[in-house]
Amino acid sequence: MELAATAPALVSQRTTPSRRPRSGGHRLPMVVKLAYRNLFHDRLSFFVTVVGILFSVVLVAVQSGIYLGSANKIATIIDAAPADLWVVPLGTKSYDDPSFLSGRERYMALSAPGVADSEDMVVSFARWRKPLGGETTVLLIGTSGDSPKALPPNIIEGSRPALEAPNTVAIDRSYFKDLGVDKLGDNAELNGSAVKLVAITKRVRSFTTLPFVFTSIDEARKLSGANQDQASYQRVTLLPSADIETVRKEIETRLPDTEVLTQAEFRTRSQDYWLKQTGAGAALDAGKLLGLIVGIVIVAQTLYSSTKDHINEFATLRALGAGAGYIVKVILIQAVLSGLIGYVLGMSLALVAIHFAQDTKLTIIMTAPLAAQLFAITIGMCIFAAVSAIIKVVRIDPAVVFSR
Amino acid sequence: MTEPSNSKVIVEAEGIVKVLGSAPNEIKVLKGIDLQLHTGELTLMMGPSGSGKTTLLSILGCILSPTQGKLTISGMKTQRMTKEELANLRRKHVGFVFQSYNLVPTLSAVENVMLALDLRDLSGPNAYDQAAEALEAVGLGHRINAMPSKMSGGEKQRVSIARALAGSPSVILADEPTAALDAKNGMAVMELLARVAQDTRRAVLAVTHDHRTLQYADRIITIDDGRIAGSDRPKISGNPVEAAAH
Repeated sequence: MELAATAPALVSQRTTPSRRPRSGGHRLPMVVKLAYRNLFHDRLSFFVTVVGILFSVVLVAVQSGIYLGSANKIATIIDAAPADLWVVPLGTKSYDDPSFLSGRERYMALSAPGVADSEDMVVSFARWRKPLGGETTVLLIGTSGDSPKALPPNIIEGSRPALEAPNTVAIDRSYFKDLGVDKLGDNAELNGSAVKLVAITKRVRSFTTLPFVFTSIDEARKLSGANQDQASYQRVTLLPSADIETVRKEIETRLPDTEVLTQAEFRTRSQDYWLKQTGAGAALDAGKLLGLIVGIVIVAQTLYSSTKDHINEFATLRALGAGAGYIVKVILIQAVLSGLIGYVLGMSLALVAIHFAQDTKLTIIMTAPLAAQLFAITIGMCIFAAVSAIIKVVRIDPAVVFSR
Repeated sequence: MTEPSNSKVIVEAEGIVKVLGSAPNEIKVLKGIDLQLHTGELTLMMGPSGSGKTTLLSILGCILSPTQGKLTISGMKTQRMTKEELANLRRKHVGFVFQSYNLVPTLSAVENVMLALDLRDLSGPNAYDQAAEALEAVGLGHRINAMPSKMSGGEKQRVSIARALAGSPSVILADEPTAALDAKNGMAVMELLARVAQDTRRAVLAVTHDHRTLQYADRIITIDDGRIAGSDRPKISGNPVEAAAH
C-alpha cells in the first residue's frame, strides 16, 4: 500500500510488530465468512433457529418414517409371499379385507397358457382365546407348506415344517403380550379349536391392531370354515417366457367374478386403502405439513430479525457498492447453514428415535432416498423462509449510512 | 493556491438539483451545484446543518441520484444508470469513510478490509496480505486481528480509511470523519486523509464541521442553503502534511 512510506507518524504508533498468517490460511470466501459470523454472532437467536429446524426435521422425519413404515407394514404379507399375479375376490380393498373365492379358481388359473403354478392363500378373521382367559380378534393366514413362498417369513424360533402338523400356529414375538403366550409349546384356542405355538417370528407385524397368526393352508381352511378348495387369494406364478398382460387377460376371461392384479397393483391397492381411504395417511401428512410450517415460521422469523439486527451493515455494504446479489447471497448462505446444522442435528435425533422404536409396535423407517429428500426439503424450507429477509435487504436504502 | 499541475478532474458535477419529498411538501435541498474534484487534493466541504452537505456527498457517491443535473465520475456519466450500475460504479471508483465508521462488527479489522476487496472482485489469493498492508499503511499493523468492539474510535476510523482505500478507488468521500473522535485522534485521521489525497490518482472530499481540520485542506468549499457559497484554496503552508512534503 503506497501510504506506508508517506505515513511515518502513524506507522510509528505500532506497539508490536505485525504477526499475521500469510494468505494461504484464509481461503473461505468473505461472503461465507460474513454469513456465518452474522449467524453465530447472536447465539441465542442462532440457538432458536437451530432448535426450530431441528424440531421441524425430527417431526417431518418421524412422520415420513412412520408413513414409509406403515406402507411397508401394510405390504408385509404381499412382499413376503410374492406372486406374478394375484387372483382376488371382486372388490377386494386390501389383502387384509378377506373374503373367499368360489373354489375353482386354482384350476382355472392353472389352465391359462403361461401359468407355471397357482397357490392358495387363506386370510380370515378369527377369535383367539388366551390361555389365561380373554379373547382377541386376529388375522389368520394360511399358506401351503410345500411352497418356497410359504409364510410366515423371518422365523426365529421353531420351524415352518412344524406348522404342517394339525392345530399348530406361528406368531410374532411382539404379540406375546396381546395373545397371552410367551414361548414355544404354549397353547391357546383359535375359533374354539386348541392350537399350539410351534414357530415364532421377529418383526412380522400387521399395520392394524389385529395380530397375524400363521398356520398351514389346511388348518386355515378348517379354522375359518372354508371348503377344501376355497382360498382367499390365488398367487399365480408365470412361466419365464409368458407375457404378464396376456396371461392376466386369459385368467380374467376364465374368472369373470374375480380381479387379477399384479404384485405392484395389489400392494398399491392395499396401501392406498389404509393410507388414503381410511385417512391414516392424511394424519401423517398433516403432521409433516405441521413440521414444515413450524420450521418455515421459526426460520423466517429468526432470519428476518437477524437481518434487521444487521441492517446497517447491509446498508453499508450497499453503500460500498455491493450488488443486491451479494447481499442476497449472504442471507441465503445463512439460511443454508442454518438448514445444514438443523438437518444434521435433527436427523441424528430422528435416527436415535427410529433406533429405539425398532422393536416397538411403531414402525419407523428411514432410507437413504428419504433422508436425501428430507435434506432437500430442509434446505428448501430454509431458503423459502429467507424470502422475507431477502425482500427486506434488497429494499435497503444505502443513503441511511449517512444519517446514523 | 492553484490546482497541482498534474491533477485532473475526477468528479464533475453540473447543475445538481435535489428535491426531496413530493408536492406540496417537497424540499429543494440542493439548488444547482457545480463542483469539480481534482486528483491529488483534499477538499473539505463545510456548511451549517441542513445546508445539503450530506445530500451532496450522497449524490457524488452515487448513493442518491440528483433530481436534475449531470454527474461524471472517472469519465463515466451517471445519468440513466440503473441502481445496480451505480452500485458497480461505487464499487470500482468510490471509497467511503463514515462518521460512525460502519465497520462490520462480526469481522476483524483485516476482514473488514478484505470484505471491501471482495466487493471489488479483488479477493484473490493475496487478499489477506493486501488488506494487512492497507492496515499497516494506516498504522494498524499491530491490530489487524482486532475486532471492532475492542478498538478505539481512532483505530476504527483508520480501519474505515484502510477499507476505503482497498482496491485503490479514484475518489474517497468522507462524511464527518472526525466528528466522533477526540482532538488528537481527529487530527491523526485528518493527517491520514491528507496523505491519502497526496496520491495523484485520487481525490478526497471530506464533509466536516471541525474548523481545526481546515489546516489539512487543499481546498475548502462552503455550502449554504443548497448552494455553493464559497470555494477557497488556502496557502500551501496551511496543510501541514503538504508543507512537510515540500
